[in-house]
Amino acid sequence: MKNLKTLNNNVLVWLKISVFLLALIPLTKLAINIYLDNLGANPIEKITHVTGYWTLTFLLITLTITPLRRLTGWLWLVRLRRLLGLFAFFYACLHFSTYLVLDQFFDWASIAKDIVKRPYITVGFSAFVLLIPLAITSNDRSIKLIGGKRWLLLQRLIYPITIGGVVHFWWLVKKDITEPLIFAGLLSLLLVIRLFYVYTKSK
Amino acid sequence: MTTYKLPPIQSSEITPRELFYNRRRFMQLAAGASLTALFSDSVLAGEQLANVKKSTDSLADELTPYKDVTTYNNFYEFGTDKEDPSKNAGSLKTRPWTITVEGEVNKPKVFDIDELLKLAPLEERIYRLRCVEAWSMVIPWIGFPLAELLKQVEPTGNAKFIEFISLHDPEQMPGQKSATLNWPYKEGLRIDEAMHPLTLLTVGLYGEVLPNQNGAPIRIVVPWKYGFKSAKSIVKIRLVEKQPVSSWMEAGPNEYGFYSNVNPAVDHARWSQAKERRLGDFLKRPTLMFNGYGDQVAQLYAGMDLSKNF
Repeated sequence: MKNLKTLNNNVLVWLKISVFLLALIPLTKLAINIYLDNLGANPIEKITHVTGYWTLTFLLITLTITPLRRLTGWLWLVRLRRLLGLFAFFYACLHFSTYLVLDQFFDWASIAKDIVKRPYITVGFSAFVLLIPLAITSNDRSIKLIGGKRWLLLQRLIYPITIGGVVHFWWLVKKDITEPLIFAGLLSLLLVIRLFYVYTKSK
Repeated sequence: MTTYKLPPIQSSEITPRELFYNRRRFMQLAAGASLTALFSDSVLAGEQLANVKKSTDSLADELTPYKDVTTYNNFYEFGTDKEDPSKNAGSLKTRPWTITVEGEVNKPKVFDIDELLKLAPLEERIYRLRCVEAWSMVIPWIGFPLAELLKQVEPTGNAKFIEFISLHDPEQMPGQKSATLNWPYKEGLRIDEAMHPLTLLTVGLYGEVLPNQNGAPIRIVVPWKYGFKSAKSIVKIRLVEKQPVSSWMEAGPNEYGFYSNVNPAVDHARWSQAKERRLGDFLKRPTLMFNGYGDQVAQLYAGMDLSKNF
């Protein structure tokens, strides 16, 4: 196990490339299904759901890295976190663009009304906006520029963002909340683990 | 008997001929139907319905393709995904089937489904279906006005409302194994809404027996209300004095009202109802008051505050 704690750079590069390609699978599948007209009677709705689902999934995967690193001692895991977080942002962009272009087709009045009047869109849109500074500062230069401590503080926005994303999903579902419940359960688990670490550290 | 003139629909929305007459599918169905006819005289999903008076409206919205009508369904008895009902509804047994009509009537009766099919001449009605989720379809239903059935049982003066109760059998309807809604599915109308000639007791679509996922063997279609008002797979019709409480009213009283008339001015608690996406269209279209049936039904609600009675 000892040799798993650190990886040499060569292996890490290959690992990153693999993760990058794996993370593109949902998009590839979606593109193929669009091309084959395989998305059912309401493809726009389907594209919205798929991109939203993967945004939440990548947010949760990103939040899994730190506890997993502590659990396993695999320090290199943290080197994948940025990539995964940026994929969360990437799918969020696709999700938002789907809403903007395919669903609303730039109907700004209707979009403004949605954001103000519909709580699930208010919270989803806010989460997306908050994600933008995180994505922009996801590089070494920004860390140097902002300073490590303040950068870390900024990146903590990931917590309200992910909570907002899950609430967004929960509030839009008409009746069957099974899926939002699963996301909420996993997120709670990840948050509780963090509380546990904070608690044991302070002791 | 009152004849009823359907509201005209824009000529720009006429169905391309080849869409309407999908010859290949028709031939396959016809062959299948005649084969089955050799062995049994019961009517099953997919078979052609005989002696249907075709819709005579020369102008019609473009019909939603058969495939979309039968694979994109909200029928939580078979699961909550749109594709679930078409995948799971095979377990529904539509024969034997009876519909009990009871309550405030002089002649309560249990109708056998095959008897009901012969109660009045079947006619085709091309209706818009507007879902509360802001999408819509255009479907050529087959049935006869619910009023024809109600006449047979003679509602009393106390019959102010009507309640529809759908089948409750988790063995046949796997979605009922989870408590998504309070089963059985219940819906209701005011008696004048139920007697309205547009309210269709429906047994088929696209020329054939109602597919299971669309509410076989018998359902109601109320075209000026959101889709969930049109109860499917009905086993009981009750005429009552007090306004019934529907399953959706129980599930979300501030989101689903008793009337649930299509109304672009009254938003759902969580989303706008001003526009809808007709399946197959890219751009959304404005939703019409009473789903475009205002000339026929608006007088039913004269003087009512429709934002309170949503």
